[in-house]
Amino acid sequence: MSIQVKNIHKGFGEFVALGDVSLDFPTGELVALLGPSGCGKTTLLRIIAGLEFADSGRVLIDGEDASDTHVRERHVGFVFQHYALFRHMNVFDNVAFGLRMKPRAERPSEKVIRTKVHDLLKLVQLDWLADRFPSQLSGGQRQRIALARALAVEPRVLLLDEPFGALDAKVRKELRRWLRRLHDELHITSIFVTHDQEEALEVADRVVLMDHGKVEQIGTPEEVYRHPATPFVYGFLGAVNPFHGKIDGSTVRVGDDVLPHEVNSFKQGDDVVAFARPHELDIVIDPASTAGVSARIARVLSFGVTARVELDGLNGVSGQHFEVEMTRTRVEELGLQEGQPVRLLPSQLRVFAR
Amino acid sequence: MLPGFNLTLGYTLFYLSVIVLIPLSAVFIKTTELGLAEFWAVVTAPRVVATYKLTFGASLLAAAINALFGLMLAWSLVRYSFPGKKLVDALIDLPFALPTAVAGIALTALYAKNGWLGQWIEGEFGIKVAFGPLGVLVALIFIGLPFVVRTVQPILEDLDTELEEAAASLGARRWQTFRYVTLPILLPALLTGFALAFARAVGEYGSVIFIAGNIPMVSEITPLIIITKLEQYDYAGATAIAVVMLVLSFILLLTINGLQAWTNKVTGRDR
Repeated sequence: MSIQVKNIHKGFGEFVALGDVSLDFPTGELVALLGPSGCGKTTLLRIIAGLEFADSGRVLIDGEDASDTHVRERHVGFVFQHYALFRHMNVFDNVAFGLRMKPRAERPSEKVIRTKVHDLLKLVQLDWLADRFPSQLSGGQRQRIALARALAVEPRVLLLDEPFGALDAKVRKELRRWLRRLHDELHITSIFVTHDQEEALEVADRVVLMDHGKVEQIGTPEEVYRHPATPFVYGFLGAVNPFHGKIDGSTVRVGDDVLPHEVNSFKQGDDVVAFARPHELDIVIDPASTAGVSARIARVLSFGVTARVELDGLNGVSGQHFEVEMTRTRVEELGLQEGQPVRLLPSQLRVFAR
Repeated sequence: MLPGFNLTLGYTLFYLSVIVLIPLSAVFIKTTELGLAEFWAVVTAPRVVATYKLTFGASLLAAAINALFGLMLAWSLVRYSFPGKKLVDALIDLPFALPTAVAGIALTALYAKNGWLGQWIEGEFGIKVAFGPLGVLVALIFIGLPFVVRTVQPILEDLDTELEEAAASLGARRWQTFRYVTLPILLPALLTGFALAFARAVGEYGSVIFIAGNIPMVSEITPLIIITKLEQYDYAGATAIAVVMLVLSFILLLTINGLQAWTNKVTGRDR
């Protein structure tokens, strides 16, 4: 079922958590709400769920206006960051909870409940834990039980609030893949909130980037990573080297140096910030070269598959740090030494107005 | 074995003996001055049996009422903010601090036939509160209230509102959420508060004797009978009744503890 939010505004006192947010979540997609903490993504999720109410704006679930209905009547599955399992009930009773709370007329028989709960536990691959209590489970297991519990009432949509936030890195990676597979099996419209860009890009069909209560960009992981629409998105989706400067002909003048720049959507003298990712920068050791920005090598970290070179800016960009990623062979080829003055030449540059 | 086990066990037993066991055993030893038949005659005298009924009955009822209203009070204090909340919170402890005689006098003045509340209750409903069993109940409710509030309050504060949100998102109505999610989590604390309020009520003397009227067979409490016997230099008789009180209290407290252990077990808390 589709979800639409229209002109949602929500403030807490003076603070604007969400400013006029409108979004469309098509049926069957797994969408990530991505942004730094405090950007309003969790508030938006809670408003969609009906756990919080917007000051203005509407929430439509499957085309119906659900703005004024209670969470109980919205039929949404909600998964909390800290699982919110009922610790006084065992796993089976936790998953069966939603079915048992149904009004008598709609409530399935205990036998049907038992079959259904065991099916769900099989789906999350934890059938063997039915008699355990939440305190006896690992974090990853708890989150899978919480998911099974939410699915038990056959929700129209599934909402997950930082579902992997409380787990350690390894379990997180596993659960990500698992959630993706589960979604491919069930095709239930799902929204999950995360501040981890890797998680969002890896799991979601579509990513909504948010900052300061506003939507910055919407797109497939590929789109938002390849073509970030704003400096915020560019900076949030990976490591980045910013060059602050002015447009000067077909170059960006950064301090005393210039960077070549192709696109002519700026006027002469415009203040701009140009971005290059660490792997998009090359190091030029030829002292006679005048292309690129001059910098001094601070550290060469050549463990792992790729080597990382940290540099300090020179010539008017001093005090700024840069980071370059290249293969280890390339580092050896160039014979980079700490303290060596070099020039940085970007192979790709994204320029934004300042 | 953990280091220091002998020392700590020895210290615990010594301290418990000096403070609790030796004085209590003196009660039992003194009682042995009576023969078995004599003992039985003292402790089952009709006037004495009537006091057991009142003391234990009123204490259990008062503890139960406190459990209900104390829970509501703790709930409002934790979940809502209202002007004067800090003051209300501080007032709860007053029955702890007030000399019980003062409480007794105040309650008597309030509920007596010519008191503020007493004249209205007696005039409107014809119910006599002060100088009767109902007065005993009122005094016991008063002194027991803080126990329930103060044991339930911290648990309620720690209770994650996410649990209630989760229940609601699964379709549970408010009363279902309270009955199946909140109450089971609060139950052990509530039982502790109940047990404390009950124990305090059984031993209460000061406030009750002012409001009870102390009519034999009607509104006399067991501690008063003990005092009466002491004043008549009937020490063995007084300790005999004290022994019965001790044993009954102990059995009841053990039962409540057992109930608590059971709730812990069925709710998976001791794992």
